[in-house]
Amino acid sequence: MTVVDPQQRAYVASQAADARVNVELETGGMTLNMGPQHPATHGTLRIVVRLDGEQVVEAEPIAGYMHRGYEKLCEVRTYPQVTTLVNRIDWLGSFANEVPFILAAERLMEVEAPPRAQWIRTILFEMSRIANISLFLGDMGAQLGAITPVFFAFRDRERALNLIESATGGRFHPNFDRIGGIKDDLPAGWVEDCKDVMGRMRDFCDQIETLLMGNEIFASRCRGVGVIPADVALSYGLSGANLRASGVDWDLRRDVPCGLVFDQLDWKVWTHPDGDSFARYWVRLQEVRESTKMIDQLLDGLPAGPIMAKVPRIIKVPAGEAYVETENPLGAMGYYVVSKGDLVPFRVKIRTPSFNNISIVPWVMKGVYVPDVITILASLYFILGDIDR
Amino acid sequence: MSRLSSADSRATSEEIPATEAADTEEAIEVDEAREDLLADLRAELGDALVDTHIDPGREVWARVSLESWVAAGTFARDGLACHFFDFLSAIDWMPSPFGRDMNSQEDLIVDGAPDSAAQAPGGAAADEQATGYAGGDTRFQLLARVHAPSRGLGLILKADLGDDPDLLRAATWVPVYAGAAWHEREAWEMFGIDFEGHPNLIHLYLPGEFEGHPLRKDFPLLSRRVKPWPGIVDVEPMPGEDEATVDTSEADANEDATEAAAE
Amino acid sequence: MLLHAVQLAYWQETTIKVVVILGMIPAGALILGYVFLMKMMSFMQSRLGPMEAGPYGTLQLVADGLKFLQKEDIFPEKADRWVFALAPLVVLISTFLLFVVLPVGPDLIVEDLDTGIFFALAVSSISVIGVLMAGWSSANKYALLGGLRAAGQLIAYELPLLLAVVGVVIQAGTLSMQGIVVAQAEGSIFGFDAIGSPYIITQFFGFLIFLAAVQAELTQPPFDMPVAESEIVGGYQVEYTGFRFLLFFMGEFGTAFAFAGIASVLFLGGWWVPGFEPTDNILNWLGPIAMFGKVMFVAFLIFWVRFTYPRFREDQLQAFAWKVLIPLSLLNILATAVLKVAF
Repeated sequence: MTVVDPQQRAYVASQAADARVNVELETGGMTLNMGPQHPATHGTLRIVVRLDGEQVVEAEPIAGYMHRGYEKLCEVRTYPQVTTLVNRIDWLGSFANEVPFILAAERLMEVEAPPRAQWIRTILFEMSRIANISLFLGDMGAQLGAITPVFFAFRDRERALNLIESATGGRFHPNFDRIGGIKDDLPAGWVEDCKDVMGRMRDFCDQIETLLMGNEIFASRCRGVGVIPADVALSYGLSGANLRASGVDWDLRRDVPCGLVFDQLDWKVWTHPDGDSFARYWVRLQEVRESTKMIDQLLDGLPAGPIMAKVPRIIKVPAGEAYVETENPLGAMGYYVVSKGDLVPFRVKIRTPSFNNISIVPWVMKGVYVPDVITILASLYFILGDIDR
Repeated sequence: MSRLSSADSRATSEEIPATEAADTEEAIEVDEAREDLLADLRAELGDALVDTHIDPGREVWARVSLESWVAAGTFARDGLACHFFDFLSAIDWMPSPFGRDMNSQEDLIVDGAPDSAAQAPGGAAADEQATGYAGGDTRFQLLARVHAPSRGLGLILKADLGDDPDLLRAATWVPVYAGAAWHEREAWEMFGIDFEGHPNLIHLYLPGEFEGHPLRKDFPLLSRRVKPWPGIVDVEPMPGEDEATVDTSEADANEDATEAAAE
Repeated sequence: MLLHAVQLAYWQETTIKVVVILGMIPAGALILGYVFLMKMMSFMQSRLGPMEAGPYGTLQLVADGLKFLQKEDIFPEKADRWVFALAPLVVLISTFLLFVVLPVGPDLIVEDLDTGIFFALAVSSISVIGVLMAGWSSANKYALLGGLRAAGQLIAYELPLLLAVVGVVIQAGTLSMQGIVVAQAEGSIFGFDAIGSPYIITQFFGFLIFLAAVQAELTQPPFDMPVAESEIVGGYQVEYTGFRFLLFFMGEFGTAFAFAGIASVLFLGGWWVPGFEPTDNILNWLGPIAMFGKVMFVAFLIFWVRFTYPRFREDQLQAFAWKVLIPLSLLNILATAVLKVAF
């Protein structure tokens, strides 16, 4: 799996504990410290890299600079309070963080949200995917040196964020989901606005496709870089677009029905056989496009009705355990909720996708060049809040 | 140690008793795929499979003996096609000796008088260490989940670790699932479980000199020790309710209480 | 003009020329920086750019310069002080020397060397030493990586730069910069001589190769591995702050200005405007204006590519130079030589 030599392992571990940039040049190789402040790591991730010239001998990611102790915090918060807290795990697609937790609580309470609430939840779920991944589409170009597509990505992403804000009140942390339904109904005119924005989003995807994916330099930087075969991906627990780019046809939206209405839509799961960085970019681009089409279908079929089921004002979730995992923008996110019939959960285990996605870094970075380290990190796409919780 | 009351109404073996009142078809639904999975697991592990539980159509739990932890994982991967590694963690079943650190009006209303047993920190509630689905005999329990993409099923594995917090030991799952490496590091630093054979059991999140294991129940959440939760301070109307019907008496009472305390 | 009216001593003339060039480097950097870096890049990225400092943000770079000047002068603890301090000056010296052979009018040139273009290419290589000095003396691994990458890249791309120019020299028959302008002015394309013979038409591939090599010499994207911002955070410039960083910045844009000027002289006809004789005195007034326009055009191309493309990886960069640009430029020379003899 990783380096077998125990001495090398101990050496890197000791280096990892030392925060100083190592200035001494060893003849056996140079240790380069990328982060925690570094433009390429999306947040405070630190990667200690041992180089031989420009080739990586070993790479060890060190997470935890942003550890907030979510699982401990959840044990002293009521279920609605946990919903607020949990927005901040993956802060780019934050509505998606609330959904699996709410679904787990609803499963324990044996409450089902009314159809309209489920559809709106699904719309916002896909909208958070668009908000999250469209940033990735521009940002990966920026990591590779193309500074212009980022601005196009942010410009079009603003429209999605404005929509989320007009519906939920918050651009980044909507805190909109409630056990039994959602907080408020959609404002008037939202459906038309949303359709318009989805059309523009598709234009943006086409733009980015020609601008970045069609660029020869981008292709030569990404093709064949960071190939992850399917069995390795599965054993590391890689999920989301990373897994589908390695050829595994698995999407939780289609395969594990949980309470969102994906089974009533006509959509496609995108996979790519290569498993390299280009494949991961390609899959995410197609997924954003697919999301816009799904949202269009959802808007067309939005049923009327109440948005909240009958739940008591003070929510006491009956005893039991539930695990709900959904296909979040970053991958498969799940909450294992243990309840003892209380106002607060007894134990919440939060399974975050970026945690597993980054644990593969030591395996995949062996023998790549320093620029490829950036390419691979960018293509694996993690959010620090997701790794560190 | 008592079981959770709801666990009694669900069978801990395969069949759900027909005596349970069935309003819908789901109550007497038998989950064939998951039954078969458990049957295969039982055939492989025999007595090592201590207990099971099925939530029909949703999830299956299996509690195995600690000695067979790696064997169960290996069989899950090879025999049950569970190639996807989801997560590995642990549960500390002891009720928190600090109570819930919530002194809001809500809690008093819900749990009755302030001296009720459920609220007394370290009181009678501490004896009652209920465990969840598929049972559990000890305070610490390993929890892992793996998934079979080809079958569309997941398997949650549990194993009892023991009661003594200083003697928690388990075999490592790293040879079975490579992704377990980081999860086991986190379980070690959060619960104090020593994974034998792990290549690199060092801190993942916490700084190097950190003492203690935060996710254990007897490790206090310092922010609540320092400043207890003040209770409801703002009342938001329920979705569908309008402002006029909202009852703000509790919030006002809390506000007065904090002001009085500040003076 | 002034040159014919007043007879100046040699030292007075030289002083004026030196002062003018010393002024041109920051002025050129300012103009290029504002027009292309601040405004053109912003418009391409659908934003406005700086608008606050001065009307439409024209004084933004001046404000930036003043900001840099008042910053603390920091030396890294383990840095080699003298080498660290001298490195940006070496790069600037190279820029300064480039302007020596850049003509802006029939008489407006610091020194019309017979080996004009050869001299220019030679002195542009001095900047490599400055970059290496910066990378090594910073006592920082990122700087070292950047410095080594830069050395490799700059040396590799010297060759296509040179070879692209050889085609022009063959056609013009002279190495002198003024001579090349005059050759374009007096040349003709298949007998049609209204616009002379700007070598961009006959040496089109040479022009493209020259531009690519210039892009690499300036360490601009797509060849900006040495200063890859998102990877090694500034490369060899990472430990430079304040005034020293300003020197590097001015060096980069000043060199861009100089190379754009050289490209206009070599390929676009320099200070010559169609309709005038190369010896007309009026060109001492019109020439600088025409040169400025042509410099802006070439700089537009350079910066446009800069904002659009991602960056090459180091090995791809080297492969591009050695396996693509050099063979193409050799073919160009061959074709030029054959056609020159044939016609």
